[in-house]
Amino acid sequence: MLKIEIDGKEIEAKAGTTIIEVADREGIPIPRFCYHKKLTVAANCRMCLVQIEKFGKPLPACATPVTDGMKIFTRSEFAVKAQKSVMEFLLINHPLDCPICDQGGECELQDIAVGYGGGASRYTEEKRVVLNKNIGSLISTDMTRCIQCTRCVRFLKEVGGMMELGMVGRGEHAEITAYVDKSVDSELSGNIIDLCPVGALTSKPFRYSARTWELTRRQGIAPHDGLGSPIEYHIKDNKVMRVLPREEEGVNECWISDRDRFSYEALSSPERLTKPMIKDHGNWVETDWQTALEFAASRIKAVVSNNSQELGVLVSPQSTMEEGYLAKKLAQGLNCGNVDHRLRQVDFTLDGKHLGTPWLGCTIADFAEIERVLVVGSNLRNEHPLLTHRLRHAVKNGAEVSLINALDDDPLMPIANKLIEVPSELVSLLAQVLKALVDLPKITRKLPDALDLSKIKPTASAQKIAESLAGFGQRVCVLEPRAGVFLGNMAQHHPRYAEIYSLAQTIATLSGASFGVLSEAANSVGANLADVLPEADALNARTMLEETRKAYLLVNVEPELDCHNAHLATAAMAKAECVVALTAFKSEALRDADVLLPIAPFSETSGTFMSMEGRVQAFAAAVKPLGECRPAWKVLRVLGNLLGVSGFDFDSSEQVSREMLNGKDAANCLNNQLSELPPINLQAASGSALQRVGEILLYQSDAIVRRAVPLQKTKHGGVLSAAMHGEQLKKLGLSAGAEVKLSQGNGSSHFKVSQDDRVPVGCVRLPAALKESVALGDLFGEIKLEAAR
Amino acid sequence: MSGSFNQVCFRTVGLPNPASLKTYRSVGGYEVLKRIITEKIPAAEIIAEIKLSGLRGRGGAGFPTGLKWTFMPRNYDGEKYLVCNSDEGEPGTFKDRDILRYNPHQIIEGMAIGAYTMGVKTAYNYIHGEIWAEYEIFERALDEARVAGLLGDNILGTDFTFNLYAHHGYGAYICGEETALIESIEGKKGQPRFKPPFPATYGVFGKPSTINNTETFASVPYILQHGGQNFLDLGVANSGGTKLFSISGHVEKPCNVEVNMGMPFPELLALAGGVWKGRKLKAVIPGGSSVPVVPADIMMQCTMDYDSIVKVGGSMLGAGSVIVMDETTDMVKTLDRLSYFYYEESCGQCTPCREGTGWLWRVVRRIAEGKGRMEDLDLLTDVSNNISGRTICALGDAAATPVLSFIKHFRPEFEYYIEHGRSMLKA
Amino acid sequence: MLSKQAIAKIDRELSKYPADQRRAAVMSALRIAQVEHGWLSKEAIADVAAYLGIPDIAALEVASFYNMYELEAVGKYKLTVCTNISCMLRDAEGIVEHLEHKLGVHCGETTADGKFTLREGECMGACGGAPLLLINNHEMREFLTPEKVDVMLEELN
Ligand SMILES: Cc1cc2nc3c(=O)[nH]c(=O)nc-3n(C[C@H](O)[C@H](O)[C@H](O)COP(=O)(O)O)c2cc1C
Ligand code: SF4
Ligand code: FES
Repeated sequence: MLKIEIDGKEIEAKAGTTIIEVADREGIPIPRFCYHKKLTVAANCRMCLVQIEKFGKPLPACATPVTDGMKIFTRSEFAVKAQKSVMEFLLINHPLDCPICDQGGECELQDIAVGYGGGASRYTEEKRVVLNKNIGSLISTDMTRCIQCTRCVRFLKEVGGMMELGMVGRGEHAEITAYVDKSVDSELSGNIIDLCPVGALTSKPFRYSARTWELTRRQGIAPHDGLGSPIEYHIKDNKVMRVLPREEEGVNECWISDRDRFSYEALSSPERLTKPMIKDHGNWVETDWQTALEFAASRIKAVVSNNSQELGVLVSPQSTMEEGYLAKKLAQGLNCGNVDHRLRQVDFTLDGKHLGTPWLGCTIADFAEIERVLVVGSNLRNEHPLLTHRLRHAVKNGAEVSLINALDDDPLMPIANKLIEVPSELVSLLAQVLKALVDLPKITRKLPDALDLSKIKPTASAQKIAESLAGFGQRVCVLEPRAGVFLGNMAQHHPRYAEIYSLAQTIATLSGASFGVLSEAANSVGANLADVLPEADALNARTMLEETRKAYLLVNVEPELDCHNAHLATAAMAKAECVVALTAFKSEALRDADVLLPIAPFSETSGTFMSMEGRVQAFAAAVKPLGECRPAWKVLRVLGNLLGVSGFDFDSSEQVSREMLNGKDAANCLNNQLSELPPINLQAASGSALQRVGEILLYQSDAIVRRAVPLQKTKHGGVLSAAMHGEQLKKLGLSAGAEVKLSQGNGSSHFKVSQDDRVPVGCVRLPAALKESVALGDLFGEIKLEAAR
Repeated sequence: MSGSFNQVCFRTVGLPNPASLKTYRSVGGYEVLKRIITEKIPAAEIIAEIKLSGLRGRGGAGFPTGLKWTFMPRNYDGEKYLVCNSDEGEPGTFKDRDILRYNPHQIIEGMAIGAYTMGVKTAYNYIHGEIWAEYEIFERALDEARVAGLLGDNILGTDFTFNLYAHHGYGAYICGEETALIESIEGKKGQPRFKPPFPATYGVFGKPSTINNTETFASVPYILQHGGQNFLDLGVANSGGTKLFSISGHVEKPCNVEVNMGMPFPELLALAGGVWKGRKLKAVIPGGSSVPVVPADIMMQCTMDYDSIVKVGGSMLGAGSVIVMDETTDMVKTLDRLSYFYYEESCGQCTPCREGTGWLWRVVRRIAEGKGRMEDLDLLTDVSNNISGRTICALGDAAATPVLSFIKHFRPEFEYYIEHGRSMLKA
Repeated sequence: MLSKQAIAKIDRELSKYPADQRRAAVMSALRIAQVEHGWLSKEAIADVAAYLGIPDIAALEVASFYNMYELEAVGKYKLTVCTNISCMLRDAEGIVEHLEHKLGVHCGETTADGKFTLREGECMGACGGAPLLLINNHEMREFLTPEKVDVMLEELN
């Protein structure tokens, strides 16, 4: 520890830290623009100049490391003079029109200028004008306001993983821009709005819609991926005007993904359902709650009174724990166990074998510290935009990342090893890694008896992955090996998920790695914990559609978009006698419903999400429900009452939650262990049939995102084509742009083909959860291709 | 006149085919390198000799070279780099160009010795964008040296391996600043880095690196051939050896000369044929455009060494670039041009320089256009002082210096411009 | 697209740097592309970036930072006259005026026939030869007088 002095105050500091870090920790204010604790130090704005004893020049606090005995003065005349001069320089070319600037009221330049600016400007020459850039549908630019702090440039390069902005030109003509007229496509791009200390980069959807001082702030939890980022709603007239991150070092640090930031735009979508609706002779008519609920209850009752097993309950993993819990409780009260939230899963072999709730297997903070990691079946940036940055950060610190997947998309970080093969090979690839691992001299633990790997021959890459996991790579941390094996969404959707799961887990066990699941949605873990799962011998999300039920209760579900098999889901809904949908949107996907009950989306209801790391996060409603919408837990409560199920007298979601947890400590329920290994088929997968890789695109993950127009207007907004490797196209005699007919089971559709060499030969990459592909079936498996006529 | 000419860096000047390996060998070239690497002279001995010679960096700052060479970590496994700074872009400076043109092998030999001393295997010579012909001469010299086994693996049959490459700049004064130069070698914009860390710990590609000026490197073979004391004795106290002076502007024969340090300025001026057209001397910028201008009478009392120019002249020796101005020189117009240069060349990353250089130039330009205000002179002084010492690199100071010194020494000329809207010289 | 010859030249430059530092060759690669095309179009910059495996914006940063790259088309001969202090003291202004008069364009402009672009430049590190100019970045003409300029223009025409 070093002893230093700041403004006369004695302080202890670690060697290697900078003055600004120490000052920030001690709450000593030092003005700054370019410095940001999460970015590399640029020291270019010079606002943080301070005086240091025995130095004739002021030094930047952000870049100057402390030394023992250093005496620092942040507000001496010498320091303040330097700071004031920098402020003057910053303002000479900066427009002084705060009243019309969108950043007004939350501008770092404005705030600091108030403290430092000297009255009238001594600069009488002409001010610089910089042309604006169009960098996409999310961020609006006003580049004349830019003070060249380069925070945005550094963020995109360092956190986003790709240099999308740069400072071109030099001297006074230096300006921030993307290449020619490219847009900024990072899935984390919105953070540069927060980072920009002035009004040069602002939110396009929010632009000019409110002044910051008119906004009320409420807390919430982001409702999309499993990270559970804490967010802050900014509200005006009971409307969410924008969403910002709240800082939580262990979760989101200070960032949020664009999906979490801009999805609020869907809250005011014209498709919002604001009144209950009933289908009357094929026509939708608006009605009142009483009528709608009684109608729904009577229809459900009609089916279940005949055969309670004819009901199927599908709950979105985006619904709160309380909503899931009540849906399950309702079904149980009706004597039905057909409840599930794992809408895109197809392999349920592990049901009944889990010793607890599957989760990340470690905290997110631990995840970021990992040194050797294997990720299986994940299109990382799409599935877990912000978590991927943690991995990127780990790589920067020397971590080795290996990937096993059916797509070779670039996660924007150096990858140590990868195995990219057609989906049906995933099991075999894992078996190879496991075999290589077992054969490593260092590995002493034995394989489970049931696994006979004698016939497996690992490829060189599999060997390398095994060696990396076992710590044979460059970074060997013998004392505390920090390794991890994780399953992504694509693994979870895979038809042989159980085998993938148990092989990956065995690999983790043998290599001393932690093992976990990158849970798909905001409440996947919570829904599991709340037991939104089928009862033993009851139907799961897949069989509920295969064995068509007479009645369905849908909570927050657009069947053809949210379920594993669009074609099957559509057929099931069409065939059912009764479909009751609790939904926030009037959805084309609910055309076969009989009654639509308008429920409050995430911002309008209270509830609890449980994140992938098992963090239980309760939240209150940020705004009142739109129109006649009601929180889903209340709707379920009334339905329960109307259906004569007991135990539905809740006054608040907290009451639901209390009953649900029943004194349980959620953390104790998390467990990825299995009671027994499922049988693993190591026979080489045969057949040369074309396979589908059905991914879920970044902005198609759920009903809300799908309606956030600014997100849909980005490059990630889902332009659908059937993408294949160049060689595959050649094999088929196709060229990009050609039209083909693709079919799965009974469903088929026409698509344009495109070339994408990230797709293994033998596959067609065809995203699901898009209306263009709803005629098709499973996310993975055989797909037939014919020339279109 | 004291001493002789062209003894060290310009050894080959005047000989036929001066840039060739053959010519260089004829003056004893590569002999020292050979001795050093075959006899495996200890690095400490070499550094001691350089220290003794009093050699100071010829790039402008005059930092003792022997000392700089000790900053390189010795027991570092991994790449280290050596860099030669031939990005001569300081207005008034054109000496390194002539070393490249007439004696490139001496740079190569000097760098090889430096590399041997600091345990470096790879080096770059960063050559100013606008002197393409010299870049090609240097590339040719490198080829010659490679063929002759003076560069590459196992040089002259020893276990010393050294590779040297030329990196061509493309028009940015700031790349003369050592950390900007490093960024530029890495394929980036030439934006200076904040120091610390210094290049000796974090240089080219993030590896320990040492940077010296072309003339500095070219002095090294001589020093080790003739001994540090010999070199030291060529010069005066605190300024060992010879120095190349670039004399430009209002002289009869603009030229480069290599003379012993400490030569009286009038003698140097005479070497360039004196002030042209029989005119009177008005002022001199003695070390390149970034050092303070010195009025004629003061300059005439200076000797050409580090101390005299500071103590007597109130300026700096810099890179030894002597810009001579006769009595007809319009100091306001001259400052206008210099200020424009710094404005144009500011890299733009740090606030005081990016914003301040443009401000300075615009005000000076306004005065030169006859639209000045009396308070502008204080404003210029104040803005200059607000840039100085608050920037990442010394370009900020370099931009402030001419403004401060021109106003200090020639204030009446500025005031006349402001009052009359035109130059007093035309009055 | 980069020509085969250009690629060969770029590869030679690449050999100067460690294999994982392809970016270091961007300056010479841009120069090579410019010599080939006369200037650097956005496509040419993107091609260079792609060949080196760096983001196109990183290549643009470089191309826009250094003075000698041309981001817009220039005449067949770009004449850059140094007007910095040492040249200024030896009447570079006169040379510029003479050229402006002869070519009928102002500094920064290109003649109607697309033959000449006239530029003012910063110190070229050759002040001893003042006044001077560069033809197409790589060929220097020193000790200029109006007469010498006329001869040069003849020669280039
Ligand atoms: C704006 C600026 C321009 C510079 N230009 C040059 C230059 O053209 N040549 C040079 O050798 N040093 C130049 N320097 C000095 C270098 O940063 C560095 O100190 C020098 O190359 C070290 O070599 P030396 O110790 O041998 O002098 C410049 C410095 C600054 C701040
Ligand atoms: S002082 Fe000027 S040239 Fe130096 S880093 Fe700052 S902006 Fe760039
Ligand atoms: S915050 Fe330190 S220089 Fe910008």
